[in-house]
Amino acid sequence: MPSVKIKKHAPTNDMTPFVDVAFLILSFFMLATKFKPEEPVEVTTPNSVSSTTLPEKDAFMVSVDKGGRVFVQVDNPEFRQILIQNLNQTRNLGLTPAEMKSFINAPSIGVPFNQLKGLLAMDQDLAKKVQQPGVPCADSTGGELYFWIRDALSAYSGRKLNLLIKADNDAKYPVFKNILDAFKKNDQNKFLLVTSPEDAPIGSSLYETRQNQIKSGK
Amino acid sequence: MASIDAGDGGGGKKGPGVKKAKKLSTTVDMTPMVDLGFLLITFFIFTTTMAQPTAMNLFMPKDVEKKEDQNKVKESGAFTIMLGKQDVVYYYEGMDPTQLKTATFKTIRDEIIRKKQSTNPEDLVMIIKPTVDATYKNTVDILDEMTINEIKRYAMVDISPQEYQLIQITEAAAGIK
Repeated sequence: MPSVKIKKHAPTNDMTPFVDVAFLILSFFMLATKFKPEEPVEVTTPNSVSSTTLPEKDAFMVSVDKGGRVFVQVDNPEFRQILIQNLNQTRNLGLTPAEMKSFINAPSIGVPFNQLKGLLAMDQDLAKKVQQPGVPCADSTGGELYFWIRDALSAYSGRKLNLLIKADNDAKYPVFKNILDAFKKNDQNKFLLVTSPEDAPIGSSLYETRQNQIKSGK
Repeated sequence: MASIDAGDGGGGKKGPGVKKAKKLSTTVDMTPMVDLGFLLITFFIFTTTMAQPTAMNLFMPKDVEKKEDQNKVKESGAFTIMLGKQDVVYYYEGMDPTQLKTATFKTIRDEIIRKKQSTNPEDLVMIIKPTVDATYKNTVDILDEMTINEIKRYAMVDISPQEYQLIQITEAAAGIK
Protein backbone atom coordinates (compact mmCIF):
# COMPACT_ATOMS: atom_id res chain seq x y z
CA MET A 1 0.00 0.00 0.00
CA PRO A 2 1.44 3.28 -1.00
CA SER A 3 1.83 5.71 1.78
CA VAL A 4 -0.61 8.60 1.82
CA LYS A 5 0.92 11.61 0.25
CA ILE A 6 0.14 14.87 1.91
CA LYS A 7 -0.13 17.57 -0.63
CA LYS A 8 1.95 20.54 0.17
CA HIS A 9 0.01 23.75 -0.15
CA ALA A 10 1.31 27.23 0.11
CA PRO A 11 -0.51 28.77 3.11
CA THR A 12 -2.56 31.16 1.05
CA ASN A 13 -5.96 32.39 1.99
CA ASP A 14 -8.46 34.31 -0.02
CA MET A 15 -8.04 37.95 0.74
CA THR A 16 -10.79 39.23 -1.54
CA PRO A 17 -13.41 39.98 1.15
CA PHE A 18 -10.74 41.59 3.26
CA VAL A 19 -9.77 43.84 0.39
CA ASP A 20 -13.42 44.59 -0.30
CA VAL A 21 -13.99 45.81 3.21
CA ALA A 22 -10.75 47.77 3.28
CA PHE A 23 -11.61 49.63 0.13
CA LEU A 24 -15.15 50.22 1.28
CA ILE A 25 -13.84 51.93 4.39
CA LEU A 26 -11.30 53.77 2.30
CA SER A 27 -13.90 55.15 -0.06
CA PHE A 28 -16.07 56.14 2.89
CA PHE A 29 -13.27 58.15 4.42
CA MET A 30 -12.33 59.71 1.13
CA LEU A 31 -15.85 60.94 0.58
CA ALA A 32 -16.56 61.93 4.16
CA THR A 33 -13.30 63.70 4.78
CA LYS A 34 -12.87 67.38 4.89
CA PHE A 35 -9.42 68.59 5.53
CA LYS A 36 -8.74 70.56 8.61
CA PRO A 37 -8.15 74.19 7.76
CA GLU A 38 -4.75 75.43 8.65
CA GLU A 39 -4.74 76.97 12.09
CA PRO A 40 -1.97 78.90 13.71
CA VAL A 41 -2.94 77.88 17.22
CA GLU A 42 -4.41 74.84 18.77
CA VAL A 43 -7.78 75.55 20.30
CA THR A 44 -9.85 72.93 22.09
CA THR A 45 -13.39 74.20 22.12
CA PRO A 46 -15.84 73.38 24.89
CA ASN A 47 -18.91 71.25 24.23
CA SER A 48 -22.43 72.55 23.96
CA VAL A 49 -25.83 71.08 23.19
CA SER A 50 -26.36 73.66 20.49
CA SER A 51 -27.26 72.18 17.13
CA THR A 52 -26.75 75.23 14.94
CA THR A 53 -24.17 74.55 12.29
CA LEU A 54 -21.27 76.87 11.94
CA PRO A 55 -21.58 79.28 9.02
CA GLU A 56 -18.61 78.86 6.72
CA LYS A 57 -18.97 81.97 4.68
CA ASP A 58 -18.62 85.61 5.64
CA ALA A 59 -17.04 84.81 8.94
CA PHE A 60 -14.90 87.02 11.08
CA MET A 61 -13.37 84.79 13.66
CA VAL A 62 -11.62 85.75 16.84
CA SER A 63 -9.71 82.82 18.33
CA VAL A 64 -8.25 82.66 21.78
CA ASP A 65 -5.70 80.05 22.76
CA LYS A 66 -4.92 78.59 26.18
CA GLY A 67 -2.62 81.41 27.15
CA GLY A 68 -5.15 84.06 26.19
CA ARG A 69 -3.51 85.14 22.94
CA VAL A 70 -6.03 86.60 20.53
CA PHE A 71 -6.02 85.94 16.78
CA VAL A 72 -8.21 87.33 14.05
CA GLN A 73 -9.23 85.51 10.91
CA VAL A 74 -11.29 86.53 7.90
CA ASP A 75 -12.28 83.71 5.61
CA ASN A 76 -12.99 85.56 2.39
CA PRO A 77 -9.82 86.65 0.50
CA GLU A 78 -11.70 89.45 -1.27
CA PHE A 79 -12.63 91.04 1.99
CA ARG A 80 -9.22 90.39 3.43
CA GLN A 81 -7.92 92.65 0.71
CA ILE A 82 -10.40 95.42 1.51
CA LEU A 83 -9.73 94.97 5.22
CA ILE A 84 -5.98 95.37 4.89
CA GLN A 85 -6.36 98.39 2.65
CA ASN A 86 -8.67 99.98 5.20
CA LEU A 87 -6.35 99.18 8.05
CA ASN A 88 -3.36 100.43 6.15
CA GLN A 89 -5.03 103.81 5.75
CA THR A 90 -6.67 104.20 9.13
CA ARG A 91 -3.75 102.91 11.17
CA ASN A 92 -0.93 104.29 8.98
CA LEU A 93 0.75 100.93 8.69
CA GLY A 94 2.74 101.87 5.60
CA LEU A 95 2.42 98.47 3.99
CA THR A 96 3.75 97.81 0.53
CA PRO A 97 1.50 96.08 -2.04
CA ALA A 98 3.60 92.94 -1.64
CA GLU A 99 3.01 92.90 2.09
CA MET A 100 -0.69 93.36 1.57
CA LYS A 101 -0.64 90.42 -0.78
CA SER A 102 1.03 88.34 1.87
CA PHE A 103 -1.78 89.30 4.25
CA ILE A 104 -4.33 88.00 1.76
CA ASN A 105 -2.58 84.64 1.86
CA ALA A 106 -2.12 84.59 5.61
CA PRO A 107 -4.48 82.30 7.50
CA SER A 108 -4.71 84.44 10.60
CA ILE A 109 -3.03 87.29 12.35
CA GLY A 110 -2.06 87.59 15.97
CA VAL A 111 0.36 90.48 16.23
CA PRO A 112 0.02 94.11 17.31
CA PHE A 113 -0.16 96.67 14.52
CA ASN A 114 3.43 97.79 15.02
CA GLN A 115 4.67 94.25 14.31
CA LEU A 116 2.30 93.58 11.44
CA LYS A 117 4.59 95.01 8.76
CA GLY A 118 7.47 92.90 9.96
CA LEU A 119 5.40 89.73 9.98
CA LEU A 120 3.98 90.30 6.52
CA ALA A 121 7.39 91.13 5.07
CA MET A 122 8.64 87.73 6.14
CA ASP A 123 8.73 84.69 3.96
CA GLN A 124 5.55 82.65 4.36
CA ASP A 125 7.18 79.50 5.62
CA LEU A 126 9.18 81.50 8.11
CA ALA A 127 6.16 83.47 9.24
CA LYS A 128 4.37 80.25 10.13
CA LYS A 129 7.02 79.44 12.67
CA VAL A 130 6.94 82.80 14.36
CA GLN A 131 5.46 82.84 17.84
CA GLN A 132 2.80 85.50 17.50
CA PRO A 133 2.05 87.43 20.68
CA GLY A 134 -1.64 87.93 19.93
CA VAL A 135 -3.68 91.01 19.08
CA PRO A 136 -3.75 93.31 22.10
CA CYS A 137 -7.19 93.73 23.62
CA ALA A 138 -6.08 94.18 27.18
CA ASP A 139 -8.76 96.39 28.65
CA SER A 140 -12.35 97.49 28.22
CA THR A 141 -11.41 99.89 25.39
CA GLY A 142 -11.07 96.82 23.19
CA GLY A 143 -7.46 97.64 22.37
CA GLU A 144 -6.41 97.03 18.79
CA LEU A 145 -9.08 94.39 18.35
CA TYR A 146 -11.58 97.25 18.23
CA PHE A 147 -9.95 98.57 15.03
CA TRP A 148 -9.82 95.13 13.46
CA ILE A 149 -13.53 94.70 14.06
CA ARG A 150 -14.37 98.21 12.92
CA ASP A 151 -12.50 97.88 9.66
CA ALA A 152 -13.81 94.38 9.03
CA LEU A 153 -17.33 95.71 9.46
CA SER A 154 -16.70 98.59 7.11
CA ALA A 155 -15.15 96.20 4.59
CA TYR A 156 -18.33 94.19 4.72
CA SER A 157 -20.43 97.34 4.65
CA GLY A 158 -24.04 96.37 4.80
CA ARG A 159 -23.67 92.67 4.27
CA LYS A 160 -24.14 90.30 7.13
CA LEU A 161 -20.91 89.35 8.78
CA ASN A 162 -20.94 86.34 11.09
CA LEU A 163 -19.00 87.10 14.21
CA LEU A 164 -17.42 83.97 15.55
CA ILE A 165 -15.59 83.58 18.79
CA LYS A 166 -13.53 80.47 19.21
CA ALA A 167 -11.85 80.19 22.55
CA ASP A 168 -9.99 77.43 24.30
CA ASN A 169 -11.43 75.60 27.30
CA ASP A 170 -8.74 76.98 29.56
CA ALA A 171 -8.89 80.57 28.37
CA LYS A 172 -9.77 82.88 31.22
CA TYR A 173 -13.05 84.73 31.32
CA PRO A 174 -11.57 88.27 31.33
CA VAL A 175 -10.08 87.73 27.87
CA PHE A 176 -13.46 86.64 26.60
CA LYS A 177 -15.05 89.64 28.24
CA ASN A 178 -12.56 92.00 26.61
CA ILE A 179 -13.41 90.54 23.23
CA LEU A 180 -17.11 90.99 23.90
CA ASP A 181 -16.39 94.58 24.91
CA ALA A 182 -14.47 95.21 21.70
CA PHE A 183 -17.47 93.97 19.73
CA LYS A 184 -19.92 95.92 21.86
CA LYS A 185 -18.01 99.11 21.19
CA ASN A 186 -18.73 98.49 17.53
CA ASP A 187 -22.42 98.00 18.33
CA GLN A 188 -22.24 94.30 17.66
CA ASN A 189 -24.27 92.22 20.07
CA LYS A 190 -24.87 88.93 18.31
CA PHE A 191 -22.15 86.33 18.38
CA LEU A 192 -21.64 82.73 17.56
CA LEU A 193 -19.47 80.76 19.91
CA VAL A 194 -17.70 77.87 18.25
CA THR A 195 -18.27 74.68 20.20
CA SER A 196 -18.11 70.94 19.72
CA PRO A 197 -21.42 69.13 19.57
CA GLU A 198 -22.80 67.23 22.52
CA ASP A 199 -26.10 65.50 23.23
CA ALA A 200 -28.63 66.93 25.60
CA PRO A 201 -28.42 65.05 28.92
CA ILE A 202 -31.10 62.37 29.22
CA GLY A 203 -34.02 63.46 31.34
CA SER A 204 -33.35 67.17 31.02
CA SER A 205 -36.02 69.48 29.77
CA LEU A 206 -34.26 70.13 26.46
CA TYR A 207 -33.98 66.37 25.95
CA GLU A 208 -37.74 65.96 26.45
CA THR A 209 -38.48 68.75 23.99
CA ARG A 210 -36.23 67.23 21.35
CA GLN A 211 -37.75 63.79 21.88
CA ASN A 212 -41.22 65.24 21.45
CA GLN A 213 -40.14 66.95 18.26
CA ILE A 214 -38.87 63.65 16.89
CA LYS A 215 -42.08 61.86 17.87
CA SER A 216 -44.30 64.45 16.29
CA GLY A 217 -42.40 63.89 13.09
CA LYS A 218 -40.66 67.20 12.99
CA MET B 1 5.85 39.84 -4.03
CA ALA B 2 3.49 40.78 -6.75
CA SER B 3 3.61 37.45 -8.47
CA ILE B 4 0.80 35.81 -10.27
CA ASP B 5 0.55 32.11 -9.61
CA ALA B 6 -0.09 30.47 -12.88
CA GLY B 7 -0.94 26.85 -13.46
CA ASP B 8 -0.14 25.58 -10.03
CA GLY B 9 -3.19 23.87 -8.70
CA GLY B 10 -4.93 23.36 -12.05
CA GLY B 11 -3.44 20.87 -14.43
CA GLY B 12 -5.48 17.67 -14.36
CA LYS B 13 -4.22 14.46 -15.81
CA LYS B 14 -4.55 14.17 -19.48
CA GLY B 15 -6.31 11.03 -20.49
CA PRO B 16 -5.25 9.28 -23.68
CA GLY B 17 -6.50 11.12 -26.66
CA VAL B 18 -8.24 13.79 -24.67
CA LYS B 19 -6.86 17.24 -24.94
CA LYS B 20 -7.76 19.48 -22.12
CA ALA B 21 -7.14 23.15 -22.09
CA LYS B 22 -4.58 24.05 -19.51
CA LYS B 23 -6.29 25.50 -16.49
CA LEU B 24 -4.76 28.62 -15.17
CA SER B 25 -5.15 29.63 -11.63
CA THR B 26 -6.47 33.16 -11.19
CA THR B 27 -5.31 33.85 -7.68
CA VAL B 28 -3.45 37.09 -7.30
CA ASP B 29 -1.32 38.02 -4.38
CA MET B 30 -3.26 40.89 -2.93
CA THR B 31 -0.98 41.72 -0.02
CA PRO B 32 0.55 44.88 -1.53
CA MET B 33 -2.87 46.14 -2.49
CA VAL B 34 -4.14 45.64 1.02
CA ASP B 35 -1.04 47.32 2.40
CA LEU B 36 -1.68 50.34 0.27
CA GLY B 37 -5.38 50.34 1.08
CA PHE B 38 -4.81 50.40 4.79
CA LEU B 39 -2.10 52.99 4.47
CA LEU B 40 -4.61 55.28 2.79
CA ILE B 41 -7.27 54.46 5.37
CA THR B 42 -4.98 55.46 8.19
CA PHE B 43 -4.08 58.63 6.33
CA PHE B 44 -7.71 59.61 5.90
CA ILE B 45 -8.59 58.71 9.47
CA PHE B 46 -5.89 61.00 10.79
CA THR B 47 -6.66 63.94 8.56
CA THR B 48 -10.42 63.85 8.74
CA THR B 49 -12.57 66.03 10.93
CA MET B 50 -15.67 64.07 11.61
CA ALA B 51 -17.60 66.17 14.08
CA GLN B 52 -18.38 69.49 12.50
CA PRO B 53 -18.16 72.26 15.03
CA THR B 54 -21.43 73.80 16.03
CA ALA B 55 -22.15 77.37 16.91
CA MET B 56 -23.81 78.61 20.03
CA ASN B 57 -25.76 81.82 19.78
CA LEU B 58 -24.96 84.53 22.23
CA PHE B 59 -26.87 87.76 22.39
CA MET B 60 -25.53 90.44 24.64
CA PRO B 61 -27.58 93.43 25.68
CA LYS B 62 -26.48 96.90 24.72
CA ASP B 63 -24.83 98.84 27.46
CA VAL B 64 -27.32 101.15 29.08
CA GLU B 65 -26.05 104.30 30.68
CA LYS B 66 -28.96 105.18 32.90
CA LYS B 67 -29.93 103.05 35.85
CA GLU B 68 -33.63 103.66 35.20
CA ASP B 69 -33.44 102.15 31.73
CA GLN B 70 -32.18 98.84 32.98
CA ASN B 71 -34.47 95.89 33.32
CA LYS B 72 -35.80 95.27 36.77
CA VAL B 73 -35.74 91.81 38.26
CA LYS B 74 -38.27 90.61 40.79
CA GLU B 75 -36.62 89.45 43.95
CA SER B 76 -38.63 86.24 44.09
CA GLY B 77 -37.55 85.26 40.60
CA ALA B 78 -33.88 86.17 40.71
CA PHE B 79 -31.31 83.41 40.79
CA THR B 80 -27.70 84.43 40.62
CA ILE B 81 -24.98 82.03 39.56
CA MET B 82 -21.36 82.98 40.06
CA LEU B 83 -18.42 81.12 38.61
CA GLY B 84 -15.33 80.82 40.75
CA LYS B 85 -11.96 79.11 40.66
CA GLN B 86 -11.48 75.40 40.13
CA ASP B 87 -14.86 74.92 38.43
CA VAL B 88 -16.76 75.74 41.60
CA VAL B 89 -20.11 77.46 41.25
CA TYR B 90 -21.71 79.77 43.80
CA TYR B 91 -25.35 80.70 43.77
CA TYR B 92 -27.96 82.58 45.74
CA GLU B 93 -31.62 83.30 45.38
CA GLY B 94 -33.12 86.73 45.58
CA MET B 95 -31.04 89.81 46.17
CA ASP B 96 -28.95 88.90 49.18
CA PRO B 97 -25.45 87.74 48.23
CA THR B 98 -24.69 86.70 51.79
CA GLN B 99 -27.01 83.72 51.27
CA LEU B 100 -24.26 82.30 49.08
CA LYS B 101 -24.23 78.55 48.56
CA THR B 102 -21.60 76.40 46.90
CA ALA B 103 -22.22 73.91 44.14
CA THR B 104 -20.43 72.16 41.32
CA PHE B 105 -21.33 71.96 37.67
CA LYS B 106 -22.95 68.60 38.37
CA THR B 107 -25.19 69.78 41.18
CA ILE B 108 -26.10 73.18 39.80
CA ARG B 109 -28.54 71.65 37.34
CA ASP B 110 -30.73 70.30 40.13
CA GLU B 111 -30.76 73.71 41.75
CA ILE B 112 -31.74 75.38 38.48
CA ILE B 113 -34.54 72.85 37.96
CA ARG B 114 -35.75 73.30 41.52
CA LYS B 115 -35.81 77.06 41.12
CA LYS B 116 -37.55 76.80 37.77
CA GLN B 117 -40.28 74.61 39.18
CA SER B 118 -40.85 76.68 42.29
CA THR B 119 -41.00 80.04 40.54
CA ASN B 120 -43.55 81.74 38.35
CA PRO B 121 -42.06 81.38 34.83
CA GLU B 122 -42.65 85.05 34.09
CA ASP B 123 -40.59 86.18 37.04
CA LEU B 124 -37.70 83.76 36.65
CA VAL B 125 -34.45 85.41 35.66
CA MET B 126 -31.06 83.76 35.92
CA ILE B 127 -28.14 86.08 36.37
CA ILE B 128 -24.73 84.73 35.44
CA LYS B 129 -21.72 86.41 36.91
CA PRO B 130 -18.36 84.93 35.99
CA THR B 131 -15.47 86.07 38.15
CA VAL B 132 -12.03 86.82 36.74
CA ASP B 133 -10.96 83.34 37.83
CA ALA B 134 -13.56 81.54 35.74
CA THR B 135 -12.49 79.88 32.53
CA TYR B 136 -14.15 80.15 29.16
CA LYS B 137 -15.31 76.56 29.49
CA ASN B 138 -17.14 77.42 32.69
CA THR B 139 -18.89 80.28 30.96
CA VAL B 140 -19.98 78.18 28.02
CA ASP B 141 -21.05 75.35 30.31
CA ILE B 142 -23.30 77.55 32.35
CA LEU B 143 -24.80 79.18 29.25
CA ASP B 144 -25.37 75.69 27.96
CA GLU B 145 -27.06 74.79 31.21
CA MET B 146 -29.59 77.53 30.45
CA THR B 147 -30.32 75.90 27.10
CA ILE B 148 -30.51 72.43 28.61
CA ASN B 149 -33.02 73.50 31.24
CA GLU B 150 -34.83 75.79 28.82
CA ILE B 151 -34.47 78.92 30.89
CA LYS B 152 -35.87 81.66 28.71
CA ARG B 153 -34.51 84.67 30.52
CA TYR B 154 -30.93 84.92 31.57
CA ALA B 155 -28.27 87.57 31.51
CA MET B 156 -24.53 87.66 31.78
CA VAL B 157 -23.52 90.50 34.06
CA ASP B 158 -20.31 91.76 35.63
CA ILE B 159 -19.74 90.73 39.20
CA SER B 160 -19.98 93.36 41.92
CA PRO B 161 -16.98 93.92 44.21
CA GLN B 162 -19.03 92.90 47.22
CA GLU B 163 -19.93 89.57 45.68
CA TYR B 164 -16.39 88.92 44.56
CA GLN B 165 -15.18 89.56 48.08
CA LEU B 166 -17.71 87.09 49.43
CA ILE B 167 -16.54 84.47 46.98
CA GLN B 168 -12.93 85.08 47.93
CA ILE B 169 -13.79 84.62 51.60
CA THR B 170 -15.69 81.42 50.83
CA GLU B 171 -12.85 80.16 48.69
CA ALA B 172 -10.31 80.88 51.39
CA ALA B 173 -12.46 79.08 53.96
CA ALA B 174 -12.83 76.07 51.69
CA GLY B 175 -9.13 76.08 50.86
CA ILE B 176 -9.54 76.55 47.13
CA LYS B 177 -6.50 78.10 45.58
